[in-house]
Amino acid sequence: MNMTKIVRTTADLFYPFCLVFGLYVVLHGHLTPGGGFQGGAVMATGAALLLVSRRYADIIQSLRQNTMKLCEAVGLLMFITAGLAGLFAGGAFLHNRLAGAGGLFGEPVAFGANPGVLNTAGLIPLLNIAVGIEVLGGLTVILLYMLSGLKESEP
Amino acid sequence: MRTALFTAILLVLLAGFLQIAVGLPFGKPARTDMDDYFLAHAQDQAAANNVVTSVVFDFRGFDTLGEATVLFTAVLGVGMMFRKLKPGEEYEHD
Repeated sequence: MNMTKIVRTTADLFYPFCLVFGLYVVLHGHLTPGGGFQGGAVMATGAALLLVSRRYADIIQSLRQNTMKLCEAVGLLMFITAGLAGLFAGGAFLHNRLAGAGGLFGEPVAFGANPGVLNTAGLIPLLNIAVGIEVLGGLTVILLYMLSGLKESEP
Repeated sequence: MRTALFTAILLVLLAGFLQIAVGLPFGKPARTDMDDYFLAHAQDQAAANNVVTSVVFDFRGFDTLGEATVLFTAVLGVGMMFRKLKPGEEYEHD
């Protein structure tokens, strides 16, 4: 169904903020409360805003089911690949080899209470990003499936 | 008769569980070795300032993989429920 112009304008105005806030929650998962699951759900809220304010036939042009399915599968595969990388690099499954080793997310962490640096924690931010992509794709594809069954009533 | 007996047994069981639950110490675990270990080593082993994230994604990363798989399976189930019917196919009603 197509909502009024007020609802559509508000949704258009607010969904980028939803996406940016979700991205913040995902990327800062190792420093602040939150993480992949929560941030992915916040990002899916942005997609849900667009979905409830517009007709399914209009929204499917830019928010394709196949893209979201791909997101979901790629997120889970990224998680498993990150785990297997630890296994093949000579450690255990999901071994955190990047932590404190320099390079990407490899800065050492000071012991005790400190505000924290974004570029720390090794594997954990990568896993957070993978889970975030998966949750975004999964929740959005559930919404798309459910809306695809709605009968469209012409206004 | 059977319903009354069943209800009586349920009530007795509930009273027993409640008595045990009230007697449990809350917030005072008998052993705190694991808690102390996680708090002491979250920063040098998992390199994360957020202890919860270090437990969820590092010490228990395999558990998180299972959670992600559960979500994936749930989406698969929803997809099967809301799939398009083939031409000539109808919903089955039991």
